[in-house]
Amino acid sequence: MVDLRNAAAIVGIHEHVTRYAPDKSELQIQGESVIKALEDAGLTKNDVEGLFTASSSIRNSGLNLADYLNMYPKYVDNTTVGGGSFEFHLSHALTAIAAGRINCAVITYSSLARSGGVSVGTGGVGRYGHPRLDPSPDSFEEIYGLTTVGLYAMIAQRHMHLFGTTSEQLAEVAVATRKHASMNPEALFRTPITVADVVNARVISSPLHLLDCCVITDGGGAVVVASPEVARNCRQTPVWVLGAGEAVAHQGAGQRDLIYIAAKQSHQPAFEMAGVTHKDIDMAMIYDSFTITVVETLEDLGFCEKGEGGQFVSGGRIQIGGELPINTDGGGLSSNHPGMRGIFLLLEATRQLRHQFEGTPRQVPNCRLALCHGTGGALGSRHSGGTVILGRD
Amino acid sequence: MPEWNKPLPSIVGETRPYWESCRRGELVIQRCDSCHEYQFYPRGICANCWSNDIKWVKASGKGTVWTYTVTYQNRTQGFAQDVPYVLALVELAEGVKMFTNIVECNPQDVKIGLPVEVTFVQANNQVTVPYFKPSA
Repeated sequence: MVDLRNAAAIVGIHEHVTRYAPDKSELQIQGESVIKALEDAGLTKNDVEGLFTASSSIRNSGLNLADYLNMYPKYVDNTTVGGGSFEFHLSHALTAIAAGRINCAVITYSSLARSGGVSVGTGGVGRYGHPRLDPSPDSFEEIYGLTTVGLYAMIAQRHMHLFGTTSEQLAEVAVATRKHASMNPEALFRTPITVADVVNARVISSPLHLLDCCVITDGGGAVVVASPEVARNCRQTPVWVLGAGEAVAHQGAGQRDLIYIAAKQSHQPAFEMAGVTHKDIDMAMIYDSFTITVVETLEDLGFCEKGEGGQFVSGGRIQIGGELPINTDGGGLSSNHPGMRGIFLLLEATRQLRHQFEGTPRQVPNCRLALCHGTGGALGSRHSGGTVILGRD
Repeated sequence: MPEWNKPLPSIVGETRPYWESCRRGELVIQRCDSCHEYQFYPRGICANCWSNDIKWVKASGKGTVWTYTVTYQNRTQGFAQDVPYVLALVELAEGVKMFTNIVECNPQDVKIGLPVEVTFVQANNQVTVPYFKPSA
């Protein structure tokens, strides 16, 4: 394979920090984010050749977005594989830039999930917004009252059964991310919580409690990706894309064991491409739709053995100052989760690698290598997994 | 018959024999004559070897709970007033897993590994839905 290491860099970022934006359109949030991310990079509209976006609605597809921005990109990618779509976008942008088809791309996302009153987790089939079930797989699933929370809860239940994982261990993930959120002025929830707070919260879908579930917010953001030639002239320290891997996991026609998630397949190509090992990683952004998502992802990425995720997340190991700090912005569990969250993993990893928080408790000391893993869809039925490894010179 | 207010399946050619069997009170699944693998959900092709030598076979209707969740919140019409209910993946004796609800029992009595058997509920004149209940 062509060596893709350092073939592209994240040169500009912007997080639209709103958590509630009832008077904005999704396209406006994306437009404002793209403009600010280009400013951050020191680039202009004319530099952008590739446009990457994902949405569960056609309203902000690449076509409508190009129209809104009055852009004529020569490379458009609308890959939509759930919340982790943006790790796939970065992987694809890397390939397009390395192949010489484009020199600069923007990845952007926005959602009004909160002000739109979308019941992302417990809306059942209503979350898709269309009344008629598809003949398959919906017609064999949605008739039984699936919810997004339920599909993750089923895997949590199986994990507890097989490995003895406890609700208290899952709660450690929520406690750690809330601690990080307390350092993020933009986070939705900033008041520290305890393990007892999590396990005493009401059960949404057993064994998951309210505080095992991510928040629902509005919001968005943008990432500018560029070739080494463009990156050298940008304003910010380049954050190099060192490795990328993609995978899907599903029921395998009824025969697959979904206790193993897509991260098991996607991490290996990413590590091989980057030429680094797990112990080299200084911090990780792990998609945290639910606490169980983090436990399963850390296991299947190979940071610990299968079944040991519950112990791994305990004792402060995943907090800043611990062995592997994760989700230092407060994650989806406490900071923001506008329907899909994958882009925010890239934003926070970039901030940490830029040492943007130097001199404050939020900075991961000497942060040189970060891993982002986006999970989209649902652990219990079908999902995608995108792993990217980022680094600074 | 009370009006069915839960979502109903959309039925097309490749899945029609499944739903017609359910109307007769019989659970059928597919097995490939080329690679001999069972599959679920039903398809117009064999998902394993991609042949079209698929045959409908009567399932035993027995299985075990592979995993489950007791759902306390679902805003979808038809389920909102049903909480708490048990959403489960049941592993059939033939080895394939399917989504279902575990009915005719207290949700708290459902455990992983619980032996279950199929039971049918008529939704309307066109559709009958298979559920599972603890084995007698």
